[in-house]
Amino acid sequence: MDHTPLKELLYKMADDQLILGHRNSEWTGMGPLLEEDIAFSSMAQDKVGQSLALYTLLHELGESDPDTVAFTRNANQFHNCQLVELPNQEYDFSLIRHFLFDTAEALRFEMLTRSSHQPLAQLATKIRGELRYHTLHANTWIKQLGSATPESISRLQKSLEYALPFALGIFETSLYEKELIAAGIFEGEQALQQKWLAKIESILSQTSLQLPDLKLIQPIVGGRQGKHTEHLQPLLDEMSEVFKIDPTAEW
Amino acid sequence: MYGGGNTFEGIKTDSIATEDPTKLAEFEARIERGEKIEPADWMPQLYRKQLIRMIEQHAHSEIIGALPEGTWITRAPGFKRKMSLMAKVQDEVGHGQLLYSAAETLGKPREQMIEDLINGKSKYSNIVNYPTFTWADCCFISWLVDAGAIVNQLANAKGSYGPYCRALDRICAEESFHLKYGHHCVIYLASGTPKQRQMFQEALNRWWPPMMHFFGPSDKISAHTEVLMRWKVKMGTNDEMRNQFLDMYVPKIWELGFTIPDPKLKRVKRQVSGNTLNLIGKNLSA
Repeated sequence: MDHTPLKELLYKMADDQLILGHRNSEWTGMGPLLEEDIAFSSMAQDKVGQSLALYTLLHELGESDPDTVAFTRNANQFHNCQLVELPNQEYDFSLIRHFLFDTAEALRFEMLTRSSHQPLAQLATKIRGELRYHTLHANTWIKQLGSATPESISRLQKSLEYALPFALGIFETSLYEKELIAAGIFEGEQALQQKWLAKIESILSQTSLQLPDLKLIQPIVGGRQGKHTEHLQPLLDEMSEVFKIDPTAEW
Repeated sequence: MYGGGNTFEGIKTDSIATEDPTKLAEFEARIERGEKIEPADWMPQLYRKQLIRMIEQHAHSEIIGALPEGTWITRAPGFKRKMSLMAKVQDEVGHGQLLYSAAETLGKPREQMIEDLINGKSKYSNIVNYPTFTWADCCFISWLVDAGAIVNQLANAKGSYGPYCRALDRICAEESFHLKYGHHCVIYLASGTPKQRQMFQEALNRWWPPMMHFFGPSDKISAHTEVLMRWKVKMGTNDEMRNQFLDMYVPKIWELGFTIPDPKLKRVKRQVSGNTLNLIGKNLSA
């Protein structure tokens, strides 16, 4: 059986989780409140752990071991969406990204609990439980700060408008969309995007934030094909700095 | 992570004379009986002031201490180390949160403590100001600075203020995992390539002097120290804590084949509670 479509799906999900987990971990020690510092550290651990689990599935399908895959590839070999690689910037952007991305991920893993690939369905069931806390966290803050002061509202609105074209890139069509749907592995990016839109609309409608007309926004795609912003390679260089001192050494 | 330096300087004990002598006697009797003092209980002003100062400094040290190690989360080599270090540094921030809560029970709001930290009014352990140049520096901290902190914290956990002791019990349980993690990292460097061994030896050379300073200057027992020890605010002298650390960890460092940059350090026989033990120190006459 040809696992190429499945592998492509697993790679993009694993890379998303690893890169955003890495970005979240940059908040450790820097969070605007102790509780937020701790929350972003927790989500970072979950996400990096989830990426490890997905790379492990890939390893079982014949790919290299997770450390090699994560720590030795170059940017053009990564399949994450560009949204997750953007620098953290101010807290408002980190929060909006967290909201837009984790809403999609929670729905993606929810859909994947029904995947015909059993190991993925089982893993998705576990991950879905973890992501519930991530979306709870994001929704709580978006509702709170999205209706708080003129400054918090305008900051979040600005970040929302900046992040949306990248967020639409989460749903970049896969080369194997038809095969994945036909094999019952995944219901497809388009179905996911529809669910995502309904969800973010419902949360944003409880705030003073305005969701722009998505039909007027040009999605920023390419991440799934290995095209990235200038921010990914420096992130990867940093991530592998110690590992590459001697890749054969045990650390 | 918290050492003994700078904590008890410069507060006058004169204020004790103005305390109600009956209440003071009852307070001291309770501590003598091994009871814990709780937030709503009567306590001398000096006791309150010193505890706020100590717990607050401890909390700040945890928060600032997250930075030199936290900077290696994004560079940790491999999934296992990356995930462990994330959890470890998150624990440290959590300890800060827990300790601020303990200090708040004495009447100083967390906001105020954070402001005092930011504007430089409050002190914290100086060791967390040192930069981490390599992954091995980060491993040194996880193993040995945490080990030093555990020595201090286990002693302080036997103190007299209930909320601080309870916070320390939880903190020590978590720190014991940090110690295992740090030791594991160092064992891998010690048994790894020549480059890895060299990295740790260099880290050890850099960190040994600050590690010794971590426990604070040598003690001169003053009336002030005496009263704080009677009230079980200060649980041991700086030198006692430092020696305990040396006794426990110098043999482990030597066992891994590293050299400690202090040629006077050697195995000596020392009297502890009437028994002669083989310990670490500079007491060449023993």
